[in-house]
Amino acid sequence: MTARISDKRPWTFYALATLFGAFLLFLYGPMFVIYLLSFQGPNGGVTFPMVGTSFEWFREVFQKGQMANLPVAFERSMSLAIVVSFLTVVFSVAAGLGFRRRFPGSGALFYLAVASLVMPSLLVGFGIGLGFQFLGWQPSLFTSALGAQLTWTLPFGLFAMFAVVNRFNRSWEEAARDLGANAWQRLRHVTIPILLPGIIGVAMGAFTLSYDEYARTTLTIGPKNTLPLEIYALISSATSPTLFAIGTLTTGVSFLAIVVSLLVVLRLQRRRGRALVKVG
Amino acid sequence: MSTSTLPVSLRSGTVAASGRRRSTRLPLWLVSWLQVGPLALILIVLFALPTILFLVVSFYDYDRVGIYPAFLLDNYRELLTTPATWRVYVSSLRFAFIVWAITLFLGFNIAYFLIFHIRSGITRTVLFLLCAIPFWTSGIIRTIAWIPFLGRNGAFNQILMGLGLTSHPLTFLLFSDFAVIVTYVHLFTLLMVGPIANSLSKIDPALLEAAVDAGASRWRTMVDVVIPLSKTGIVLGSILVFTQVMGDYFVVRQMSGGQSASIVSMLSTQIQAMEYPPAAANAVVLVIFVAILVAGMMRIVDVRKELVK
Repeated sequence: MTARISDKRPWTFYALATLFGAFLLFLYGPMFVIYLLSFQGPNGGVTFPMVGTSFEWFREVFQKGQMANLPVAFERSMSLAIVVSFLTVVFSVAAGLGFRRRFPGSGALFYLAVASLVMPSLLVGFGIGLGFQFLGWQPSLFTSALGAQLTWTLPFGLFAMFAVVNRFNRSWEEAARDLGANAWQRLRHVTIPILLPGIIGVAMGAFTLSYDEYARTTLTIGPKNTLPLEIYALISSATSPTLFAIGTLTTGVSFLAIVVSLLVVLRLQRRRGRALVKVG
Repeated sequence: MSTSTLPVSLRSGTVAASGRRRSTRLPLWLVSWLQVGPLALILIVLFALPTILFLVVSFYDYDRVGIYPAFLLDNYRELLTTPATWRVYVSSLRFAFIVWAITLFLGFNIAYFLIFHIRSGITRTVLFLLCAIPFWTSGIIRTIAWIPFLGRNGAFNQILMGLGLTSHPLTFLLFSDFAVIVTYVHLFTLLMVGPIANSLSKIDPALLEAAVDAGASRWRTMVDVVIPLSKTGIVLGSILVFTQVMGDYFVVRQMSGGQSASIVSMLSTQIQAMEYPPAAANAVVLVIFVAILVAGMMRIVDVRKELVK
């Protein structure tokens, strides 16, 4: 972005910068409180004051408790999120490419995706749960729960792909075809590399949506809970700073994930920059 | 994208030429169908069919033991004649409106700041990520994070008393409508920032300069140029925030201290009691309600035309 109008900042800049700062405070204020309280001493509770400091509650997270078995639930959530994110990338990238031209039924499918996105989440789970009951099937992690989450991540992935594909110039593919590339070569060497940053975005988004999903999963999971369901069970049974320790850990992990993917994207950009220089 | 008009004419030419070269190629609509097929199949089997299923079940009869095929309107009659239903809908709508107004104001200004005032791409990405990081933490944990913050002995009251603004802790902060709204805004503002920022980033900055050159004030530029061009983002963000609040499951339950209920938590109580037909009737009414809201908002802009170019 080039400098606009003049280089002197207008007053609106300072007003909006203040608003933005206040918003960040609002966003992080309660988060910092739980980060702090997660180091609560062994005798402390879920509110201030702090009664000493300890790693007691982090230890609790990694232990098989009476109320909940967090490590196993975490593993389940992770494996489900990985599968959901993989399927979402493959199906929504393909569909995003398919939507570049109008085809019979494209309008209906578009509104089906909108409907699936705005449908109150619990109702999707309710419908699938009823369906399984009618068929006499047992709901489980990789059947009903996976399906329920896909009805949420696929429309999300599709809409994200619209934004990505809009910026994609069809003539690049056509140039490749004119140079004799077959369909697979075009996809592998032209389309996918250009769309890659967007695809990484879809993968990360789908992973997060799945990892954190509660309302769609609760009625479709069967007897073995995912992490958000375990957390919810913990809230309603007993409140301890363990919940806050989970929050601190999640933030730490997501912070790491963001830094790593940022580095990957920067590397891709640099490589592409070099490639452009070479071509030029 | 300065060459965007030129390739259109070239494109049709190329397609025709290559079509002649390779006569065995699949028809284009079939290629599209193969590409969207898996997504379409999943949405039909796991979204459309279950929705039809609870529509059917909403007319069923039930007792303590099971549910029985029938065509009864009793479930709907009971639902719509209960004053509690109307109370919950009114209270949910009120929350949705207040939260929508706040998130729209915040979301638009933040997006505008990030797109038009931040000049370096790296700074913009970092600031975006700063907004997004809390989003990565479980919504349930972000909800209860407000409890030690807003509570009687909470951080906020401590700060207020430390500053001498109040002598005794404020109690309306937690387990109240106020707490519910604060939590919603905390959870959903990003849903507004994302689509609006996407729309704003497509606006050519030259347009703003042209408006200023033509003598438009900052306010007129905003009202006549920026807001109309970001309509798509505003509508998409509004749809997301509205439907999230209407479909909320645990924020009201957790933060209102039992003073209000949400439509979905009312529904889940029925599901837990295995009263499937009334729950299904409740679900159908909610779906129709949300569908009308969303359809109304989508009339403002042709979202499809804007998204699928």
